[in-house]
Amino acid sequence: MTPFTYFRADDTAGALRTGAGADARYLGGGTNLVDLMREGIERPRTLVDVTAVSTEIEDDADGGLVIGAGVTNTALASDRRVRTRYPLVARAILAGASAQIRNMATVGGNLLQRTRCTYFYDEAAACNKRVPGSGCDAREGFNRIHAILGASSACVATHPSDLCIALAALDAEVTVVGPDGERRIAFADLHLLPGETPERETSVRQGELIVAVHLPAPPVGRSAYRKVRDRASYAFALVSVAAVLDVGEDRVVRDVRLALGGVAHKPWRATRAEAMLRGRFADEAAFAAAAAAELADAAPLRDNGFKIELARRTIAAVLYELAGEAA
Amino acid sequence: MDLTVNGKPVSAEVDIRTSLLDLLREHLDLPGTKKGCNQGACGACTVLVDGVRINSCLALAVQYQGRSITTVEGLADGDTLHPLQAAFIEHDGFQCGYCTPGQLCSAVGMADELARGVPSYVTDVLAADTLSLTHDELRERMSGNLCRCGAHNGIVAAIAATYGADRPAVSA
Repeated sequence: MTPFTYFRADDTAGALRTGAGADARYLGGGTNLVDLMREGIERPRTLVDVTAVSTEIEDDADGGLVIGAGVTNTALASDRRVRTRYPLVARAILAGASAQIRNMATVGGNLLQRTRCTYFYDEAAACNKRVPGSGCDAREGFNRIHAILGASSACVATHPSDLCIALAALDAEVTVVGPDGERRIAFADLHLLPGETPERETSVRQGELIVAVHLPAPPVGRSAYRKVRDRASYAFALVSVAAVLDVGEDRVVRDVRLALGGVAHKPWRATRAEAMLRGRFADEAAFAAAAAAELADAAPLRDNGFKIELARRTIAAVLYELAGEAA
Repeated sequence: MDLTVNGKPVSAEVDIRTSLLDLLREHLDLPGTKKGCNQGACGACTVLVDGVRINSCLALAVQYQGRSITTVEGLADGDTLHPLQAAFIEHDGFQCGYCTPGQLCSAVGMADELARGVPSYVTDVLAADTLSLTHDELRERMSGNLCRCGAHNGIVAAIAATYGADRPAVSA
């Protein structure tokens, strides 16, 4: 691990003062960053510990919630308002990692965690994300866990978060504070597709600090987070689905939100499927058709073709289940 | 840096890169906490910080200044084993023993989470105020601790006997 200088920030202003440098990193629970530093993937010269900054969950004037970026995963999933009004958020968090890691990990760190692509972690492998321009060994390698949607010739890595999939479905917003002041980023604009610059993963600029996640008032309808993985607990998603479905008494879809994890470089909001379903009769055929349309452009690699069918079936099954509950 | 370990104040001067795990093992002469994968995948390094379980391998020691750490060495009361330690012996909750300190600290932290109403992935009713440690809850909540010997049945039995929903009443 490369030596670094450590600062513990008491507030946002203190964090920004020390975190503005190009070789500085903000440190949350450390469950990803410390590991990346130990592997030599991240080599910050300054670590700014922000775990004492923004640790509250507060009611928002519009009926939503403002979640401080320093709130731990466990605290978020345990909050009564989250458990009762945003069960999708609690379910997604609890689907991820282990209890020990959730006790350490923060919301801000969860949003900025990096891919678990094995080639990204392997310094002997070519990886455009780790060393821009060096190539991508995952493309022709063992790529069972890699992306089927929105990938590029430069990068086929996936985003590992569960929480982010729920936040994408709920149209959350993220507040960042930087040297030029504060701004809000729509969740769909936070994470980037890889394109030719997979080393750029988010729209957060160097020196900016995520201070809060805003959840709008809870959407009408029932919600579910389903995660398909290689073992029943403590594994990353092969495919995950976050869904909110509102079906009227006439069985017509009034509203639907759908986001996918494990399939792309960013949380994948399934806007095509959503558009097909709004105003349609909520039955199995409609769900299957919408799922198929969303996956129509999926591009399999050598080992991950199974994800296409898995994603289709999981989307359709989750929507069918939610529609049944609403009946 | 100053912190409290197993109830005693300690001071140490260490390289800034030192993990909490290495601080305990290499500098404070507390080798009970084990280094397994050193990347947060196995749970052997689990300790309690202010009563909350974490992976000490992923923790930079410097982040935990001023906090109160409990390791496996701090569970027993003198020569009297913690009830969970006694249950691990009673139920054969280990074979080689390498994962045991982490299993013990993890289960103690888990019991506290249950009492505080922290839900899990398998909790049916998220809004419930009281939770009980069913077999499924126990397995899900302990999934961050691996045992390569495969002593899981004994581990589960020991934890269930100590904290489970169906445990017989025990007097302290």
